[in-house]
This record gives sequence, structure tokens and C-alpha cells, in this order.
Amino acid sequence: MKTLVSITVNGTVHREEVEPRTLLVHFLREHCHLTGTHVGCETSICGACTVLLNGEAVKSCATLAVQADGAQIETVEGLADGDKLHPVQEGFWKCHGLQCGYCTPGMIMSSVQLLKRCPNPTREQIAEGIEGNLCRCTGYSHIIDSVEYAAKKMGS
Amino acid sequence: MAKIKQNVGKAMPRVEDERLVKGVATYVDDMKLPGLLHAAVLRSPYAHAKIKGIDTAGAKALEGVVDVFVGADVNRHCGVVPCCVEMPDLVQPKHTVLAGKRAYFVGHPVAVVVAKDRYIARDALDLIEVDYDPKDVVVDAEAALEEGSPLTHPELKTNVAFTWTLENGDLKAAFDEADRVITQRMRHQRLTPSPIEPRGCVASFHAGEESMTLWTSTQIPHLIRTMLPDMIGVPENKLRIVAPEVGGGFGAKLNLYAEEALCCHLAKRMGAPIKWIEARRENAGTMTHGRDQVGDYEVAVKKDGTVLAIKAKTVADIGSYLQLNTPAIPTLTGSMLSGCYNLKAIRMDLKGVYTHKMSTDAYRGAGRPEATYTVERLMDIIAYELGLDPVDVRKRNFIKPDQFPFNTACGLTYDSGNYAGALKKAQRLAKWPQLLKQRDESRKKGALFGIGLSTYVEICALGPSSMMSAGGWEWGCVRMEISGKVTVLTGVTPHGQGQETSFSQLVSDKFGIPMKDITVHSGDTATAHYGRDTYGSRATALGGTAILMSIDKIIAKATTLAAHLMKVSRKKVVYEPGRFHAPGTDKSISWNELAMEAYVAKNIPRNFEPGLEASSFFEPENCTYPFGTHIVAVEVDRATGEVKIVKYVAVDDCGPLINPLLVEGQVQGGIAHSLGQALFEKTVYDEYGQLLTGEFMDYAIARAKDIPEYTLGHTVTPSPSNPMGIKGCGEAGTIGATPAVANAVIDALSPLGVTHVDLPLTPETVWNAIQQHTAQPAVA
Repeated sequence: MKTLVSITVNGTVHREEVEPRTLLVHFLREHCHLTGTHVGCETSICGACTVLLNGEAVKSCATLAVQADGAQIETVEGLADGDKLHPVQEGFWKCHGLQCGYCTPGMIMSSVQLLKRCPNPTREQIAEGIEGNLCRCTGYSHIIDSVEYAAKKMGS
Repeated sequence: MAKIKQNVGKAMPRVEDERLVKGVATYVDDMKLPGLLHAAVLRSPYAHAKIKGIDTAGAKALEGVVDVFVGADVNRHCGVVPCCVEMPDLVQPKHTVLAGKRAYFVGHPVAVVVAKDRYIARDALDLIEVDYDPKDVVVDAEAALEEGSPLTHPELKTNVAFTWTLENGDLKAAFDEADRVITQRMRHQRLTPSPIEPRGCVASFHAGEESMTLWTSTQIPHLIRTMLPDMIGVPENKLRIVAPEVGGGFGAKLNLYAEEALCCHLAKRMGAPIKWIEARRENAGTMTHGRDQVGDYEVAVKKDGTVLAIKAKTVADIGSYLQLNTPAIPTLTGSMLSGCYNLKAIRMDLKGVYTHKMSTDAYRGAGRPEATYTVERLMDIIAYELGLDPVDVRKRNFIKPDQFPFNTACGLTYDSGNYAGALKKAQRLAKWPQLLKQRDESRKKGALFGIGLSTYVEICALGPSSMMSAGGWEWGCVRMEISGKVTVLTGVTPHGQGQETSFSQLVSDKFGIPMKDITVHSGDTATAHYGRDTYGSRATALGGTAILMSIDKIIAKATTLAAHLMKVSRKKVVYEPGRFHAPGTDKSISWNELAMEAYVAKNIPRNFEPGLEASSFFEPENCTYPFGTHIVAVEVDRATGEVKIVKYVAVDDCGPLINPLLVEGQVQGGIAHSLGQALFEKTVYDEYGQLLTGEFMDYAIARAKDIPEYTLGHTVTPSPSNPMGIKGCGEAGTIGATPAVANAVIDALSPLGVTHVDLPLTPETVWNAIQQHTAQPAVA
């Protein structure tokens, strides 16, 4: 049994027949061929799969594609404006906010939401804001620097 | 002539990051091949059980399942999972890719399903019926040594995998000379490495060429290419291993896993590419764990704090099988047990013991964190027992800068160091006198405030081939292309460390060409075709040197061509980054011109070999020994046992820095692993061998809000072990930080009479220690 879903991903409408149990992350990775969103734990804890669903950060490994029917999804691939990186992407690059890069897309999407809600966060607020995202490489300090960089850039 | 921009030594963002921040990098699960099938592994729910029968009919009948295999189907075709460590009395079980007649740990692979999609493959696992007969379980290594203990592998008739003794110096004389012998027992808890990308691989067999390609999330594609032929019957020269983008390794991807060989076998057998991606729970339970030693330590000291000798009796719980380096890890603990101190004698008696748990193996630091933790805790205990200042005890026993190269009590030769220098700088950055005052004032107010330090030394840039089982050299190849662009092939396999950048910095300076014209390839044995990969903080020191050696060869060759083209004698030609010229003439020639001539090859000297390419193997004479001092101040909440880090200062000496930003990232990342080890992380099995920490919900790695603000500094003491003097920095944080945090917490509790608490210092553990040492119950 398959269900038809229509999900707008980074501005493109994807109409696909999916099994009702298909996870949003697999819809994005397998159906839309957008592999920037990663699976780290399958239990919504590590945050590597974070995307924006109607502007809100969600763990796409714990969201069904059918739950996103009719929704607007933003993934890391949709952030840059052509060659021009989003300030959060630029911040991560400039401040060495990533090493292996696996948590990075989710970390970036959470940070994008954080800065929407709180454009001038303190370092503590940034640490709170990315609490749902785990990184095993950087030790987070450079990630916090990255988000501060982006906040500054977006504010100017 | 444009001024050459120096890149080495500059904090620069990484060249590899654009693809990573855009989400367009390729990790192994991003691979898609025509006809790809998906494998899922059925794992034992019992820590020890006889497998009386397996019924796969239900799984095979599920629509979308292509086939199901058990041990009897595949083990005879797959060889055994290798361990590369030889020890005289090593007793080892046959480590087949799937379980045979018994399962020996929770997670032991029992069957494999191959299906058309990953959901169906996992569905089918539930349809396999296995008739298990549970057997007695042993999960504690010391219990496993007791008479009458259940045997992990009954056929081995013992739980002792190996014994190992290190003794140097006159131990008896040292203990006779001692005013005091201080004893302490310490546990080094088992840890789960937890890269955010779990393991996974894609295997594809080309029947016509009889060649195999394996894309796998590994640190060691080259070592796998050396070892896998024996397992799958495909010769090395028909085998291509690719480590694509790898999402973290931390030593746990320094292995050849059963699943990698199994997928290769299935790809060949089924004539279709096979993908296997593990779940987090599989990763937590079936990728190698780290640490897990318990030791009884005795130190011979004089009353002025002079440390004469250390004796260690250590039991290492190695789990149920030997993975690639399992037995070697606790021996590294022994080799580094003298720390940065000038001891007269040392002895370590080590037993490696089988239990019904996952194997241990390298995890960030790999044996050295246990050594540093032990010796740095002992230094504090000595100071406490003798009423001395922990700083003075360390200074009294330091190896002095003029004593290098220094032959240690453990039998290693330390390359270079200035331990007192790093300590002094860290004290300065920590504002030591004010910090002591802050402690006094806090304590007067009744707060539990503690200061801890750790003066560590570790072993990196592994290593001379004499120390390694399959070569400790590193390889690199540099090609100046016809276009003047440069392609670099390295035998190290970065997976987050950033050598695409640091190597580009080196090459750019040496050639005098912009970094954007340099590409660094790694991790694919078909392009970066030889190497010994990334582990033990070896990549930059060894891989970087092999690249510089290759560039020197190219410059030497290009000098001959430049002389020919400028029509001057070779002796007249001078190279400076970017061009060759002949002083006293107006003649000069750029790399672009030379590269074109070298490949077009119409105007070259007689007997001149066309092209501008060279490769090199760098064989180091010794390892390197990075060192430093970490200083931590903590406040412990008396009511909850919660530890708050109020100051963190680290001074590391990893030799000269190519890219300080990347070094800072390595140090901070390493410290985060240590904070986890010191405060939260512990892999827990229950008495039945069930893993209780199988998800991130139960296994607490550090989160952003657990991280303190750091003050980081460096001293720079070049290593004589490689021409750049680089020592390595990948594990320093993990080795240096754990004892500093532990010492700070114990110092905070010391007014209550607490002298030692085993890690991790969770609120519960600390609260219990407070209760045990407080007459009155704490005010809640």
C-alpha cells in the first residue's frame, strides 16, 4: 500500500508514492536524492537529520514523510543562494565549526532556526539552542563561534 | 616577482569545507549503484548461547528479500577476522564473520539478510527464527579469572587471552630505597567511541575483471587492502578500497570488521552490489569499545616527593574476540606509564581477559589515556599523602629539557620536551596565585572548590616500522601537471582532521603556487594508492614529510630542466618558491613554463625522463612525544554532586603548527572526549551481558552546554623525529584532560577526606562520595 505525498523541498514540489512508514529523512535522501541530510541515530537524539518543516527544525529521522505532506521542507542543500553561502554556512566554514562534517548539515539547520528565534544569542543561548545536536569531533566551541559569526553577519 | 604568501603557520579555514557545509559531500550511505541490494545483520540477543538451529524460511519468503545466509553458508568462504598483534602466549578463538555454533556477545552477527530495500531487509530480520540455548555468562574480567568462572570460549579452556610483563630498572632497589609505598586501585571504565556516522559499506564485484571495490567508512583503506585478500579470495591488486567522506573514527574505524568482509563475499556471490549501514544500536554494541582496565598500582616514593618506581597489576577486559589491535592497546598503557617523569624502575603485569562483551580496541588515545590518568592521579595522591604541593611533586620528578633524547623506565626513547616550560606557561595563563586564592576563599565560604592539573606526555606519529606490525612509514606522491596545477596523493586517510588543507599549505609554500591550484587526494587505493592511513596522530608528521620529500625530488629534477632551458650550468640555477633563476643574468623560468616543457618533452636534456612527478616513503627513526599541561578548576555542588568547570587552561606542545585553527579544533575536540570520560561516559553491561548503553539516550557524550570556555596556549618544542619537527595533536586533549578534570574534582572533595573516586564523576557518584565522607547528611 502506498500513499501519494506532495512535499515541497527547497522550493521544488516532489509528488511521490511512498509507503506510509517512509521516514522523511529517507524520502529526502532516496526520493529527492538530497543526501546532505544525514542519519546518525534513528532515535531523534543526535540531530544529524535536522531539517526545517514549515520553518521549524524537526528531526527528519523521527518524522514520517506522510506527516510532511503538503509541507515546505528546507534542507542544507537549499540554504546557499547559488554560489553565495548562507551566513551560517559561512560561519561554520570560517570558524572551523566542523571536522568530519557528518553532524554539520543538521547543526547548521538548527542554528538557522536558533538565529531566527534569537538573532543575537549569547554563547550560553547558542549552546542551549543546539542542545539537540551532537558533535563528536569539534568539542562545540568552534560551533558556538560559528553561530556567533553568523549572528553578527546577519545583523549587519 | 610577486611576493610569496606564506601559508604554513597561518590559521586558515579548510579547503574541504565547502562541500561539507553545502551538504554535497559523499559519505558511504550516499553511494548509489545500479542494482544495489541492502544487507541487514541479525545479531544475538544473548551474551552467550548455543545456536541449536536457525530457520530462515519465513525471512526468505518475504517479498523483496533476495536471500538469507547463516554462518554455515558463508564462514568457510570468508576467512577469519584478523588480529595483527603477536604475543608469545596469545590464545585466540576463531573469529568467523558470522557466529558458528555459539554466540559470544550481545550483538554477535548470526545471520544476514539481503533485500531490495533497507526497510524490507530489517523487516526480514524479525522473521528469522533462531533456537538459542543460553549458557553461563561472564561480564567482569576479574570474575573471569576466578576458579570456576564461566568460560567465554569454553573450547579455549581459559579466559586469559594473553599475559604481558614489562620490567625495567632495579625494582627491588627502588622499593627498598622508598620512604613510603603508596597504593591505589583505579578503574578505567569502558567507553563507546560514538562517531556520529555509524559504520557502513558498499561492496561491488566486477565479474569480468574479477575485481572488488569496497567503499567503507574506515580510517584504514590501505591496511584493509593489505588484509582483506586473505578473507575474501580477491588478490590485493584486484582490490580497491575507498574511504569516502568518513563521519568520524576516533580509533574505532581503525579495524577490519566482519561485516566488511561479509559484504564483499555477498557482492561476489550474488553478482550485485551490496550496501550495509548499521543502526546506532549496532554501532554502540558491535563497533569496538575503548579502555576497560582495572589496575592495582604501587608507587615507591621518598618523603621529599621523589618518585622512584611504579608497579602495576592490570587486568584488561578485552571482550569476546580479538579485533585488529586489541592486545596491543593495554601494552601501550604500560609503555607510557612513567609519564613525563624520571623514574628508576617500572613493572607492569598485564592480563588480557576474555568476557562476553564486545571487543575493545583503539579509542582516541588508545592505551595512553589510561597511563596518563594513572600516573597523574598518582602524582596527586602522593602529594596529598605526603602533604606536598602537587606542582612541586611533578617538577621534582620531571625529565629535564637537557636530558633528551631520554630513555624512559618503560623502555622508550622520548624525542624532546620541556615539561616544566609547558607547566609554567599553563600556570601563567591560569593566573595560578589568584586561582589558589579563589580556592581558599571559596572553601572558607563552605564551597567545594578544587584545582587539578595534569602534566602529560604521549606517543604519536606511529611509528618506526620496527614498532608496527605492517610498516610504520608513510607514503606520498606529488605531481606537477602539464597545466602547472599540482595533484597530491597521500597515504594517510583524513576523516575530519583537515589534511587537504594543511598539506595544501605545505605544498603551496614549497612550490610558491596558490592553494587553489593544489588538490589533495586520499582514502582511495586506486588513486592514493599506497599508505598506512590515519591513527595515532601520525598523518601530518609522517604523511606531510613524505609529500615534502617528493617535492624536493621534483625541484631537483626541475633544476636540471631549468638549467637546460635557460642555457646555464645546473650549478648556476637557484630555486626560490615559484621560479628558477640564474643570478647575475636576467634569466628566470616559472613552474608553468617548466611543467609544459617537462611533459611536451620536445626540448629536454638528453636522458631526461619527462614529467614532473615523484613519490616517497618516509620512514621515521622514532615516534614523537607531544606533551603539555592542563589546569582545571571546578566547583562541586554539595547538594547534587554536580561538577561545574569554572576554569580550563591547556598548554599543549605538538611541535610547530602548520594551521593553528585546525590544531585548536583537534585540542578542543579531544578535550570534549575527555570531559565525557571524566564526567559522564561509561559503557554498561548488566550481569547477563545485556548492553544498557546502546543509544545516545543512555550513553552520554558531551553536549554543547557541557563545554567550558577554554584558555588554550602552546609551547613549541620541535621533534627530531621528522624534518618539520611536528609531534601531532589528535589525541593530546583526550590524554591530557581526563586526569586534570578528575584531579580537580577529587581536590574539591579532599577537605572531606576523599582521596580517590573512579570515573565517570557523575552527579550520583560524586554525591555518594560526599555522603560517605560527611557525618551529617547533605542539605538537599
